[in-house]
Amino acid sequence: MSSIHTPPGDIELEARDLTVLYGQTPAIRSVSIKVPDRRVVAFIGPSGCGKSTLLRCFNRMNDLVPGARVLGEAIFQGANLYGAGVDPVDVRRRIGMVFQKPNPFPKSIYDNVAFGPRINGYRGRMDELVEQSLRQAALWEEVKDRLDASALALSGGQQQRLCIARALAVEPEVLLMDEPASALDPIATQKIEELIYQLKQTYTVVIVTHNMQQAARVSDFTAFLYMGEVVEYGPTQGVFTNPKEERTESYITGRFG
Amino acid sequence: MSRPDDVERAAPAVAPPTLPLVPKPVVRRSGAASTQSAAASTDAPQEPRPKARAFKPGEPSRFALRTKGRARFGTFFATICFLATLVGVLVLMVLLVDLLRDGMGRLTLTFIDGFPSRFPDRAGIKPALLGSAWVMLLTAMIAFPLGVGTAVWLEEYAPDNRFTRIVETNIANLAGVPSIVYGILGLALFVRTFSFGRSILAAAFTLALLILPVIIIASQEAVKAVPNSIRLGAYALGATRWEAIRHQVLPLALPGILTGTILALSRAVGEAAPVILVGALGFISYVPSSPMDNYTVIPFQIYNWVSRPQMAFAELAAAASIVLLILLLTMNAAAIWLRNRYTRKL
Repeated sequence: MSSIHTPPGDIELEARDLTVLYGQTPAIRSVSIKVPDRRVVAFIGPSGCGKSTLLRCFNRMNDLVPGARVLGEAIFQGANLYGAGVDPVDVRRRIGMVFQKPNPFPKSIYDNVAFGPRINGYRGRMDELVEQSLRQAALWEEVKDRLDASALALSGGQQQRLCIARALAVEPEVLLMDEPASALDPIATQKIEELIYQLKQTYTVVIVTHNMQQAARVSDFTAFLYMGEVVEYGPTQGVFTNPKEERTESYITGRFG
Repeated sequence: MSRPDDVERAAPAVAPPTLPLVPKPVVRRSGAASTQSAAASTDAPQEPRPKARAFKPGEPSRFALRTKGRARFGTFFATICFLATLVGVLVLMVLLVDLLRDGMGRLTLTFIDGFPSRFPDRAGIKPALLGSAWVMLLTAMIAFPLGVGTAVWLEEYAPDNRFTRIVETNIANLAGVPSIVYGILGLALFVRTFSFGRSILAAAFTLALLILPVIIIASQEAVKAVPNSIRLGAYALGATRWEAIRHQVLPLALPGILTGTILALSRAVGEAAPVILVGALGFISYVPSSPMDNYTVIPFQIYNWVSRPQMAFAELAAAASIVLLILLLTMNAAAIWLRNRYTRKL
């Protein structure tokens, strides 16, 4: 690939020569990428290209995959997330994650949001934090009268916004989203996308998506990954309208993947 | 999805990047030709397409459908299955009716509240009933934490290696070991080595060992049934492994764990063989009041009465069996109730 694209502004997250092996098979190979502060970066690419693996490096979720090994560095605010003495539990509080399939806990809406703050020793007023988080996730108006209802009674789109609220409640600095709208219908998807636009005022957002229109709509920068490598990375508009690499162009015009 | 107004609403402040649906004329590869022909097919006059199943009159069908025969076999099979169910239910009914006929007459307050006696009219099962209650309680207190702890370790903590697999295989095998063997073990270990003597405690430990494999396996299944996305969700919020287990996994697994435990306990309550070996008494004239007391349990009391020649004692055995059955049915009902209660709360 070409030399590493450096987006303008402060760099919040960075992968340096990052390789992830599942057993002997590399999922990503020597990936280097810089994620700017309070911007939305999208990872696109065909299935199995390593975009989710790369995303999970940033909150050390790969630690939970048996047989996964991470080589290289993932830098968060100047410090290596894989350095000695770094506690993955602490990393995951500061770098939140939203999963592909909404996975609310089978508890009340309130408890879903309050769980993270509780275990992390939140000392403020829980009710206020729950309300604020639900407001940030644009869910408050829909659920404020039934906070004690089961989270499983919500629709898929509401569940996903609840998962976002839950992630925001522990006051992270970065939000990683692994295909957050792929299990949702177009209207719920649109709500999530609007939400992402709001969130980037406060948070750095990294989103993995299969939907290229979505990447084009929500992200400021786009990285195209293929076969475990970053093929192209740059401002979204440039990547989509004037791709430098032929493989990028083939992918975004729908010729493979 | 790609309508322009969607783009507007999603990102109002930035100029929406125009989507290069057809970005610029590129040299089309051979694969792209098919899209053109597909588009053309809607407008252009079509060639006659052959029907999938061209039916020519007079030609023999290639399928022997026998619809009626197949349906009849389905009915026949359902009948067989129903009869199989009926056999079990009928035998159980006969057993219950027989028990009730023999024992109902003896099921009086004197019987429930009385002590064993040489005279059938004065004999009761109070010590056995309370002995069973004591044994059950202690067994539960020993087996539940051990069983759930083992299951959680095996499912949540244990590395997937040879040692873990050996342990799991052994537990599965232990579930099949006859209860009398546990009796022998209990006699050697708890009665003799630990000097518990012929006490409730020795019986409780023995029965706890007996049902431990069942509790472990049931709890493992319950923990396994918790979707991994729940664990990942908790970890992603900065939960430690213990916090994820304590607050998310265990509450979800609890109904299954409780059901398994109660069913295992009801098996322990019905056991006579191991309890005889670890020293339940055939005759006891007082109510046990501490874990170190001598005791007897209902199954052993039944066994005792059945082995006497007089008809009256057979009736007493039947009456005691009814009490035991009521106890077991109550426990099973409790298991179902607990499961429903916790499942509904989710």
